[in-house]
Amino acid sequence: MSTIFQRKNVIIAVILFAIAFPYLTDNTYYIHIMSLAFIWTIAVYGLNLLAGYTGYLSLAHAGFFAIGAYSIGLLTVKAGLNYWLAFILAILITSFLGLLIGLISLRTKEHFFAIYTLCVGYVIYLVIDKWDSLTGGVRGLIGIPAPANIGPISFQTPVSLYYLILFFMLLAVLVAYRIVNSLTGRTYIAIRNSEELALTMGIDTGKNKLVVFVISTAFAGVAGALYASFIRFIGPEVAYTTVVFDLLTFLLVGGIGTLTGPIVGTLLIVWISQQLQFLQDYRMLIFGPVLTLLVIFYPRGLVGGFYAWKMKREHKRAMKANSAKSSDSAIGAKDQVKEG
Amino acid sequence: MFLETKNLTKRFGGLVAVNSVDFSIEKGKINAIIGPNGAGKSTYFNLISGFYKPTSGQVIFNGQDITKLPPNKVAELGIARTFQSTNLFEQATVLDNVIIGHRLRTNSNLFDAVFRTKRLKREEKMCRDKAMEVLDFVGLTESANQLIGGITQEEKKRAAFALALATDPEIVFLDEPAAGINPDETEGLAILMKKMVDKGITVCLIEHKMSMIMKIADKIMVLNYGEKIAEGTPDEIKNNDAVIKAYLGGSAIA
Amino acid sequence: MEILLQQLFNGLTIGSVYALVALGLTLVYGILHIPNFAHGALYMMGGYITLTMMTSYGFHYWLAILVSMLVVGLLGVLMERFIFYPLREAPPIHDKIAAIGILLFLEAFAQFVWGADYQMMTSPYSQVINVLGLTFTLQRILIIVAAIVIMILLYVFLKKTFTGSTIIAMSQDREGANLVGINTHKVAMLTFMISGALAAVAASLAAPINLVFPGMGHLVILKAFVIIILGGMGSIPGAILGGYILGFSESLGATYISNDYKDIIAFVLLIVILSVKPTGLFAKGGH
Repeated sequence: MSTIFQRKNVIIAVILFAIAFPYLTDNTYYIHIMSLAFIWTIAVYGLNLLAGYTGYLSLAHAGFFAIGAYSIGLLTVKAGLNYWLAFILAILITSFLGLLIGLISLRTKEHFFAIYTLCVGYVIYLVIDKWDSLTGGVRGLIGIPAPANIGPISFQTPVSLYYLILFFMLLAVLVAYRIVNSLTGRTYIAIRNSEELALTMGIDTGKNKLVVFVISTAFAGVAGALYASFIRFIGPEVAYTTVVFDLLTFLLVGGIGTLTGPIVGTLLIVWISQQLQFLQDYRMLIFGPVLTLLVIFYPRGLVGGFYAWKMKREHKRAMKANSAKSSDSAIGAKDQVKEG
Repeated sequence: MFLETKNLTKRFGGLVAVNSVDFSIEKGKINAIIGPNGAGKSTYFNLISGFYKPTSGQVIFNGQDITKLPPNKVAELGIARTFQSTNLFEQATVLDNVIIGHRLRTNSNLFDAVFRTKRLKREEKMCRDKAMEVLDFVGLTESANQLIGGITQEEKKRAAFALALATDPEIVFLDEPAAGINPDETEGLAILMKKMVDKGITVCLIEHKMSMIMKIADKIMVLNYGEKIAEGTPDEIKNNDAVIKAYLGGSAIA
Repeated sequence: MEILLQQLFNGLTIGSVYALVALGLTLVYGILHIPNFAHGALYMMGGYITLTMMTSYGFHYWLAILVSMLVVGLLGVLMERFIFYPLREAPPIHDKIAAIGILLFLEAFAQFVWGADYQMMTSPYSQVINVLGLTFTLQRILIIVAAIVIMILLYVFLKKTFTGSTIIAMSQDREGANLVGINTHKVAMLTFMISGALAAVAASLAAPINLVFPGMGHLVILKAFVIIILGGMGSIPGAILGGYILGFSESLGATYISNDYKDIIAFVLLIVILSVKPTGLFAKGGH
């Protein structure tokens, strides 16, 4: 039981820190960076459900992120809709397009799926870039409003916007956590392990894959919508493949197929990039090889590596204290599965 | 009739893998399918479990035509199977691997997951209890919390049996269950198969180990080049000329 | 009519470049079943190395291309040796991500060394020729001829030499090749060498009519993927045929449909193909 309380304490401490963060620094730039990192985190959790837990590497997610961003941008700027209505519609539009693309792309597997989604992502980018009359093309879309007030709460200041984004990020983590730790999550993991075996277990793999694909795009849509209202300006480059490669880097460094990996990876990389700002466009000189080396030596990232280390340690301890053997390793194994 | 195939045929291009096979599996018995390598045994399994669609012919289960059903629907009707390579998830525990086996008897969906409904909690417990029950049945209770990667080949076979049993099947198809394990362990699996039959579950297996088949099977079908060349009790098969010829003339069996 | 002929000629030019890139990609896929996402970065490196050899070292165009083929081929070998080989038993998602890592690195590297600007490569063959009222630049004719020569050489190598036939044998049956004593590891490295060299020569041929910049490989690699799915993953004739089909569709599409959206043609083609046949046309060895 002690591990459970420990875990709870860690989570509470982290949330408290996140809440206190704006009061720990008066540098609004740091708050800006943190907000942006949280937005990416939401998208990475979505990607993790699909690529990490179900085993389908989608390279179209920058496209869905952009669809979320452009939907809210167009609905508020051009259609003049109420902000929150536009927000909900943006997520619905993204999910609906996700459903359509998922229906077709999920007929393919492995390499074909990755290539297919890479091309879908590129098509989304091209459409945004070329459809000048709708999207503004390369000039982008400016004047996207900040989130509208909810009752007395206003989101005009960076700090209040930070809290709004934090709220959505925590919500995303909670939803991802609950999905993973449920029969539905186990179903996804079964599909990742072996689709053949999952089918034999009576699992409708087609339906399950479609559902997780749509959920995953919805996460990207939420992130995109928040991004648009946070930065207030978007251009076609949010749909470019480099964005999905960024998301992948965050996921891989933190730990693909783990629950804490996405937030650890995203925060870490965003803050390191911040420190390495002088490198700007050259940061991939470092992150590119990191990505490759991680996949070879630490395929489950920092979090996966940490759990492996912890299990080993617990195993050793269990060997020493022979009497408490079975119960201890059982807890270790359970942790592993929750994360895996 | 419990489960039967009528004129079941599967062609891959010009090759006939299964040719017009009529066979009926006897309920509550151990049925076996034998034959030289490449005789079409695995294809026959894949046709019944819905992985392949037959070129012609039918599969009837409890009076229902299941020929065109996808594998997951076939499983729902109570037909389970194992694979030659167990396909289990090595990095998870035995218990976690087996829990998913009962998923097809549950209804909770994404909504239940996100809101952690009572239904989800009830069904999670149901799956866990089921997993413990079948692990107990196959004799793996002790290893429930070990990783699949850390157990023996024979234990993996048992875990695969448990997974199949967790789907609450009426019949279990076992694809070479004794491949890669020693004679003593084979004996243990034979006992387990008998235990399954005693519990009312029909067994149908493909196997290369003749001594085991002859000892435990109630009914045997022999396939050669996709065609049924004989069926009957072990004694009848042993003395069947066509079978002797197929085995002596064809590739030797392991 | 003249426009049509002109566009067909352009299609032949672009198709030649596509075919060369797709050939390298399909060879690697045939041997290792890896979709090498970093292949576009090899293409880009090929362009820059040729350019540097010409501008900084004053090499002749052809000599520069030769150096570029060697260097990029070696780069391919290094990738095989240090990245794909260690990952051969890993889940399929891993080698794709590893390749993406290399792609990101090489692009950043190119930008770091050569800058983000678009650069011109002046070939010694910029003369314009008039035939039957059509205008061709010599470079475009050169692209077509060179591509065909390279394809013939590759064909002879694969079919008529022992080393070449080991590549074919391995792409048909890896375990079988291993059993008959083929050193599969050497064959894999050789294939990467050829693949890299093909990417380098394709980029060097195309650079004088396009431009050299860090992102020059993006579209090309995506289209090469479309081509090998069109032609059958791992199929050599498929890659060539697919390359020309795409070249023609694009040049005609640009004239008769929309120049803005010509790059979409490939992807629409792919989406249609995979929607109808999820394992690609003429699926060979793909899962």
